[in-house]
Amino acid sequence: MPEAPRPGAASQREQRAKRLIFLLIIILPCAMALGLSSGAVSLSPAEVSQGLIDTLSGRGGGQAEIIIGQIRLPRILLAAVMGATLAMSGAAMQGLFRNPLADPSLIGVTAGASLGAALVIVAGGSWLQGYMGLTLVSAGAFVGGVIAVLFVYRLASSANGTSVATMLLAGIAITALAGAIGSLLEFFADNDMLRRISLWKMGGLDGANYPRLVLASIVSGALLLLLPRYAAALNALLLGESEARHLGIRVEGVKIALITWVAVGVGTSVAMVGTIAFVGLVVPHMVRMLAGPDHRYLLPASALAGALLLVMADTLARVVVAPTELPVGVITAIIGVPFFISLLRNRHHYGMQP
Amino acid sequence: MSTLQLSHINAAPWGAPLLEDINITLQPGAILALAGPNGAGKSTLLKLIAGDVKASAGELVLGDSPLVDWSPQERAQRLAFLPQMSLLNFPYTVEEVVLLGRTPHASGRTRDFAILEQVLQLTDTAALRQRLYTQLSGGEKQRTQLGRIFAQIWSEQSLAGSLLLLDEPTSSLDLAHQQQMLSAIRLLARRGCAVVLVIHDLNLAASVADHILVLDKGRQVAMGTPRQVLTPQLFKQVFQVDISISHHPQQDYPMIIPQGPGR
Repeated sequence: MPEAPRPGAASQREQRAKRLIFLLIIILPCAMALGLSSGAVSLSPAEVSQGLIDTLSGRGGGQAEIIIGQIRLPRILLAAVMGATLAMSGAAMQGLFRNPLADPSLIGVTAGASLGAALVIVAGGSWLQGYMGLTLVSAGAFVGGVIAVLFVYRLASSANGTSVATMLLAGIAITALAGAIGSLLEFFADNDMLRRISLWKMGGLDGANYPRLVLASIVSGALLLLLPRYAAALNALLLGESEARHLGIRVEGVKIALITWVAVGVGTSVAMVGTIAFVGLVVPHMVRMLAGPDHRYLLPASALAGALLLVMADTLARVVVAPTELPVGVITAIIGVPFFISLLRNRHHYGMQP
Repeated sequence: MSTLQLSHINAAPWGAPLLEDINITLQPGAILALAGPNGAGKSTLLKLIAGDVKASAGELVLGDSPLVDWSPQERAQRLAFLPQMSLLNFPYTVEEVVLLGRTPHASGRTRDFAILEQVLQLTDTAALRQRLYTQLSGGEKQRTQLGRIFAQIWSEQSLAGSLLLLDEPTSSLDLAHQQQMLSAIRLLARRGCAVVLVIHDLNLAASVADHILVLDKGRQVAMGTPRQVLTPQLFKQVFQVDISISHHPQQDYPMIIPQGPGR
């Protein structure tokens, strides 16, 4: 028997995954630079770099500095951070539920957060204006998302542990309930509230500013550092829960940790930028198709690709109907759905059997 | 020191008792086959030894300490379980599935890949190594999963203290691969690994096992060497079938010949 390790498919795929990550690390800054230069006012590369230098050195002044520093830079960074969070959370959920169609919204976060936001908008009424109002709505969304997940988790837990199948069903039930209550609220809301609820639901990065960016970066940074630690556990979990247990994984602890972190991450993202469809679902799929299901590469590559997708979608959202802009959730769905349908039709090409 | 010891084990995971007063002592290198009609408690007993089902009474000792005292990782380094069905529907390659067996060990890449090579040879999956698991046939999947289980407890040194639990390891295999996998199991046993397996084909059980334990309605009705246990009386009593016992022409174990439906 050969003693020396021969490079096989495992390492071929590893090579491919590393190349993908390398490529994404190069493309992402380019996309962000493109995002900085385009919008209602187009800026040349020279103006972008001058604006960046002025912003970073704290020198105020020019028009470019205001557009870059005050508007586009926090917005693009927020898009990158939230895209990374959503995509990595999606990859972790798909692994945990052993379901390639799972999405963070399946455990009720998105619906709960939407309801929380709608509640604040309706209860707050007309005095809820400006920056303070936006912060309160975000807080409502975050609390709503976390409460929904707690509910779903309690429903699915018994003395014998947490049933992933029950959790999916409970997530669907809570999503339906939150949706119904949300509709009820909309029924009683006045026109102004209704418009704000629906705009908020579509998702958008136009509320981006530095305080938000800092808060989002802290949560996402923690998530991006912590989730990859569960890569080996997620790899084993794809075999099945008891198989993972027989491989020495503390399955219950891993489940609780992952669900908590995803709830916090996605709750934060809904609070910051509203519901953004399909990033958490489609991005891990794309990465898995290119680099295989190994979470050691899937998680970081998904984070990078998610950041890239949301930065590009936001750039598009600002450009296509300039000087106004489209909600970014609309763009991700319009890009995401056709892509997703083509994935479903071609799933046998990469061995996926949902 | 025995690898596994069960004394007066009872289990009732869903209320009704599924196992009653089970007693097993398994020495390093011993192969024990569990036999019995459908629903006799064979898989429950395997799951109990694997820690998936809790005993309601009795004592279960792995090596030198009770099973519940082992940390998950240390237990996984010496106890591997092949379940009847696999849920895996993500496109891992065969190599990646086998390497997952090394999860509980921090043995390093070089060593894991060396073990991978040996296990691929042993399970005749070297030719499949780059194929996607989801696109394999049932028998190929079973061999891949067996490879993962073998990789989990693999060691060039003695395997004394290790324990393999196999639930129908040969159910989807063709005749040649059945024989090959049973030889592989015997090879691991010769190096000290204890094995508990469920096999429905009692001729296969007789050919590979040192001892057979017959379960009926959760109770242990017979335990001994294949020759001691496999008798026409037992088959009449437990399986309600008439058989005759013959003898393998080359090997020293009994062969069961069912009456057949008649013509």
